[in-house]
Amino acid sequence: MSGAVLILGATTGIGRAVARELARTRRSLVVAGRDLEELQTLAADLRVRYGVGAVACRFDARASEGLGAFFRECVEAAGGRLEGVVLCFGYAGSQQRAESDWEETVAIIQTNFLSAVRLLNLAADHLKEAGAGFICGITSVAGDRGRQSNYIYGSAKAALGVYLQGLRDRLSGAGVTVTTIKPGFVDTPMTFGRPGLRGLASPQRVARVIRRAIERGRAVVYVPWFWRWIMLFLRLVPERIFRRLRL
Amino acid sequence: MTGDRRENSLPPRRIQSLRTWNNHLSARCEVYRPERLRELEAIVGCPQLRDVICRGLGRSYSDCHLNEAGGVILQERLDRMLSFDFSSGILECEGGVALGDIIDCFLPRGFFPPVTPGTRFVTIGGAIANDVHGKNHHRDGSLGAHILSLSLLTAGGETLQCSPTKNPDLFWATVGGLGLTGVITSARVRLQHVSTGYMKVDIDRAPNLDAALEQFSETDERYQYSMAWIDALAGGGSLGRSVLIRGNHAEIEDLPAAQRRAPLAVRRRRRPSLPFYLPSFALNAASVRAFNQSYYVSHPDRTGSIVPYDSFFYPLDAIGNWYRLYGRRGFVQFQAVFPPEVSRRALIELLQEVSRSRRASFLAVLKVMGPAGKGLLSFPMAGHTLALDMANTGRDLAVFMCRLNELALAHGGRVYLAKDAFLTAEAAASMYPRLQRFRKIKMRIDPQGRFASSMARRIGLVESREA
Repeated sequence: MSGAVLILGATTGIGRAVARELARTRRSLVVAGRDLEELQTLAADLRVRYGVGAVACRFDARASEGLGAFFRECVEAAGGRLEGVVLCFGYAGSQQRAESDWEETVAIIQTNFLSAVRLLNLAADHLKEAGAGFICGITSVAGDRGRQSNYIYGSAKAALGVYLQGLRDRLSGAGVTVTTIKPGFVDTPMTFGRPGLRGLASPQRVARVIRRAIERGRAVVYVPWFWRWIMLFLRLVPERIFRRLRL
Repeated sequence: MTGDRRENSLPPRRIQSLRTWNNHLSARCEVYRPERLRELEAIVGCPQLRDVICRGLGRSYSDCHLNEAGGVILQERLDRMLSFDFSSGILECEGGVALGDIIDCFLPRGFFPPVTPGTRFVTIGGAIANDVHGKNHHRDGSLGAHILSLSLLTAGGETLQCSPTKNPDLFWATVGGLGLTGVITSARVRLQHVSTGYMKVDIDRAPNLDAALEQFSETDERYQYSMAWIDALAGGGSLGRSVLIRGNHAEIEDLPAAQRRAPLAVRRRRRPSLPFYLPSFALNAASVRAFNQSYYVSHPDRTGSIVPYDSFFYPLDAIGNWYRLYGRRGFVQFQAVFPPEVSRRALIELLQEVSRSRRASFLAVLKVMGPAGKGLLSFPMAGHTLALDMANTGRDLAVFMCRLNELALAHGGRVYLAKDAFLTAEAAASMYPRLQRFRKIKMRIDPQGRFASSMARRIGLVESREA
C-alpha cells in the first residue's frame, strides 16, 4: 500500500464519513483513533465496500506522549509514504465544567490544539520531504468568534486555525496544500440531542465537500457554505451589541 | 459543545416524538444513536431505561419500531460491512447497513440482495426482524431463508451466534421477531449472482380478479419476480382488474448494444422529493379512480421490456417523502395473506368491501406467495397476499380496518405485523399459531422484558408495563 491517506480521528462522525468518501474515490487509508476495535471494524468496512487497502492504528490525543512513535507507525503502515493527512479528531468538552475545572480546560486544549500541532508538525515534515501531498484540518466555526457558551473549545480551534494558516504559508512552495475546514453544525454525536438545532448537515455531505476542497487545494472552506456569511456577520457585530445576544 | 458526558459511555440521547413512515402513529421516545458497539451495549444494559427497541430506517407502517415512554436505539450508524466472499457471495455486515448500500456496493460486482422489499431504505437488521418478502417470494421465500447466521446482543449483555443449526429456536424467533429477542448486531447473508443491473419485464393486463389469478397460476413459474397492481376501486364485472408486472434479471444478451458495454452500471436517478404535505383531500375516490384508470390504460400488454432494476423494484423510492401525498394525517396500509383454498373467495370479499367503501387505494398490490418459512412470527405463507393503502380518516377508518382484520381472520388469513396498526392480542394469537412458542422463547431469553415496543405491548407479545 503506497500513498495512503491518514485519517486522524476516524472512528465516528465526520472522520468516518471522510474515510468512506476518500475510499470511495479509490484511496488507500490508515484510520486512526483511540478505539482500536472500532477502527478495525471501520477498516474492514472500507475494504469490503470499496475494495481499497485500509489499516487501523491507535493513538490518544489526550496524552501528550507517544505521538511521534504513533506517527512513525502510521507511515510504516502506509508503506513508507503518506499521500495526505486529514485531522478530524476533536473534543468539545463542557464549557461549564471547564470554567471551574482546570483539568477539563487542559483536556480541551491538549486534544484540539497541542496534540493536533504535534501530529501536523510531523505530517508537514513527512510530506515536505516527498514534495507532494495535502494536509486538511477540521477546525470549527466556534473558533471564529468567542462566545460565552463555548470559548474554551472555540479558542483552541481558533489557535489551530492560525496554525494551519501559518503552515499553509510555509508549505506553499513545497507542493503540499493545507486546507482548513470550518464545519457548522453537523449531525454527529457532538450535536445529537442538543435542543434547538434543525437542518443539520449530514456527515456524508460534509465529507464530500471536504474531499473536493482537498482535491482543489482550497485554503479555507466553510461547510455548509452559508456558515461563511453567518460567521462574517457575527464577527462584524460590535462587542457592545454582541454581549446582549448572550450566544 | 455538548455538556452531557455521562458515565459508562452512554452516548447522548434525545427525547423525540417518533412516527411511523406513513405518519399515522407516533410515540414519545428516548432516542439513542450509537456509533460504537460499546455504546450500544451500554444502552441495552442501562438500568435507568425501562425497556428499549431497535429501529432501522423507520420504514415500517406499524408501531413495531416505536416505544412510548421507553428507549429507541437508532441502528443506522452501526452500518459497517465486515467481510465478503466473492466465490460464495456471502456478505457479513452490521445490522444497520442499508439494503441500498449493499446494492450500490455489490451490483457493480455482479451481486444483488436475495430478497428485497419495495424500498431500498431498509436496514438488514430491520429486514430480518420483519422477515421481509419481495416479488420473488413464490420462488425464493422470505429474507430469513437467505440468512446464514446472525449475532444477537441479548438482554443479559451477551452476544449469541444464532443460525438454523446453532441456537435454532432463538434464530427462528429472531427472524421475523420484531427486534424483541435482542439487537441483531450483525448477520451473514448470501447475495445472488446477477449478470446485469436490468430487468426483463412482461406486462399483462387482466380484466378482472379471476383472469389475474389464472394468469398467475399458469405462468408464474417463468418469472423469478411477480406481482400485480390491482385497481381496488373497480367493482362489478371489473372487480380486481389488474396489471401483472413480472420479470427476471436480464442477461447481457437481452440488453441493447448501448447498455452491453457496462451491463452492471445503472445510473441512479436523481430523486425529486415532495417538499410538503398535500392537502388531505388531494387523494380522494375521484382522483384515485382517474389515476387507476389511466394506469390501467397506459399499461398495454408488453413482453421483454428492459428496465433498470430500481424502477422495477423501487418505483416509489423515486419520490422522496412520498407519504406526504396523503396529507398530514397520513395513511394506513393493510396487507393480508390467505391460504390458496380460500384466497379467491377472501380476495373477492375484501375487494368488494374496499370498493364499496370508496376508500382510495392507488397502491394496491396482489401477489402469489410460496410456502411459509420457519420464522415464528413470519408473515408469509402459501397463498395470495393483497396490500392496500388507505388515507387516514380517523375514527371511521379504525372501524373499517378492524372489519378487514376480522374478515382476514374469518378466512384463515393473517395480517402483516410490519404494517398493522389495529390488530388485537386475541386476533394476533389466532393468526399466528406459533406466537405462544415465540413468547416462551422470549421469556427464556429476556425474562425482564428488556426489549419491548409499542406494538409488542399492543398485541400481547410482551406483558404490559405496570403503572
